Amino acid sequence: MAILVVAEHTNAALAAATLNTVAAAQKIGGDVHVLVAGQSVGAVAEAAAKIAGVSKVLVADNGAYANLLPENVAPLIAELGKGYSHVLAPATTNGKNYLPRVAALLDVDQISEIIAVESADTFKRPIYAGNAIATVQSSAAVKVITVRSTGFDAVAAEGGSAAIEAVATVSDAGKSAFVGEELAKSDRPELTAAKIVVSGGRGMGNGDNFKHLYALADKLGAAVGASRAAVDAGFVPNDMQVGQTGKIVAPQLYIAVGISGAIQHLAGMKDSKVIVAINKDEEAPIFQVADYGLVADLFEAVPELEKLV
Amino acid sequence: MKVLVAVKRVVDYNVKVRVKADNSGVDLANVKMSMNPFCEIAVEEAVRLKEKGVASEIVVVTIGPNTAQEQLRTALALGADRAILVESADELNSLAVAKLLKAVVDKEQPQLVILGKQAIDSDNNQTGQMLGALTGYAQGTFASKVEVAGDKVNVTREIDGGLQTVALNLPAIVTTDLRLNEPRYASLPNIMKAKKKPLDVVTPDALGVSTASTVKTLKVEAPAARQAGIKVKSVAELVEKLKNEAKVI
Repeated sequence: MAILVVAEHTNAALAAATLNTVAAAQKIGGDVHVLVAGQSVGAVAEAAAKIAGVSKVLVADNGAYANLLPENVAPLIAELGKGYSHVLAPATTNGKNYLPRVAALLDVDQISEIIAVESADTFKRPIYAGNAIATVQSSAAVKVITVRSTGFDAVAAEGGSAAIEAVATVSDAGKSAFVGEELAKSDRPELTAAKIVVSGGRGMGNGDNFKHLYALADKLGAAVGASRAAVDAGFVPNDMQVGQTGKIVAPQLYIAVGISGAIQHLAGMKDSKVIVAINKDEEAPIFQVADYGLVADLFEAVPELEKLV
Repeated sequence: MKVLVAVKRVVDYNVKVRVKADNSGVDLANVKMSMNPFCEIAVEEAVRLKEKGVASEIVVVTIGPNTAQEQLRTALALGADRAILVESADELNSLAVAKLLKAVVDKEQPQLVILGKQAIDSDNNQTGQMLGALTGYAQGTFASKVEVAGDKVNVTREIDGGLQTVALNLPAIVTTDLRLNEPRYASLPNIMKAKKKPLDVVTPDALGVSTASTVKTLKVEAPAARQAGIKVKSVAELVEKLKNEAKVI
């Protein structure tokens, strides 16, 4: 039994979520192979070969796979996947985009965003915005699964020495084309991988006030997140959103500032180790999940906190 | 062009769901049900395309119990022209739903199919992509902007690092993200008019689709509850606790 893990990468570098996905694959048990599909991905393939516990790296290096357009990569993954017991991808926007297409091509159901492996065919996943945990069993010949990276500790990025093998197959459906992208620039740690996350909500009042959170975050080496209310109000870009419809984080410390704590927001952060809430409304639902709550005006509390840490 | 919109009846997003005592599922008896929020955005986008003169007809489809007619009527009140209910009392997995939608697509031949990016009950985020594979159409998932230009549709997608724009050949599939639009409310006259719009009911058997699944749910549990926290009185006390008690900074 061998497991195929589809690597998440930026064409230039391997993304951390791949390491958590390999960890999930190791829990299932069996040989772990990693597929790197993209354009000019030599460096990514070499990084993948060094991941501890990976026995083979397959490289599909072609212009057709440059931006992981699902119309092109799904047939490739489905074709390769036929030879495996499991096909795994991280539950990033890329993984969520192409993997269900792979599952349908293989005519099997997909299991989305697993947080635990019970056995080779049984997995746990959250449903209803994390308010219930389902244990599901698959009888599919090829089990197609996306992995929630916060559910698994990353394997070591160094220590492996897998063989690299080129994949000759090229599938170009010719139905879609990449036009362009607009990436938000940030020097802070990536939200989903940060040890500390400082998030702001509607209570921040405006985008300019986020500077208080940035100052605190820089002092702590933290990433900055936001609730949907803050994103919808235009305070910050949408890729900072934490929640059911945004990013799922589970840092060591999550500081929620001016966030009421709606179900949809909690879905994205309630697995954090320690949660701190700073809110002037002592009835806010966020205090029900916070380990440490401070009822205070954030415009006084946050600058003071920045001074003291 | 014809636009097909798929909607789903789900537990209302404001309801705090409870897991059944026998761990067989979530208790949905006497709970308020609504149209999935992402599906509302899909309907709104179709109606806006019609208002711009891009779409000529909007067909709304759902797969579910007979009571899902309520959500179809809502979509009709919002501006859809006619509705199709594929009636199935069983809770179906995404692949089965995608296969049923494929049968409807084959019959209706829409140029654009719009779905929500995920249903807030199963949180699967699969159906649109699976329909893409089954029809062979291109897919624009997590859309925050949709522009039809000639025989192509440009879709701006919300991705992890920001935004990405792709150009898709029509016919194509689009799944909506939250920021695509702000859905309107149905007005009372439109709700009354919607009662007269056509609504067809078909069965999976009539569409010749098997809804068998390779995945079964063994049990459903409540998530581990968090330990009750404490309220601190000052920032100094908070910092002291984080440093010495929680040891996270």
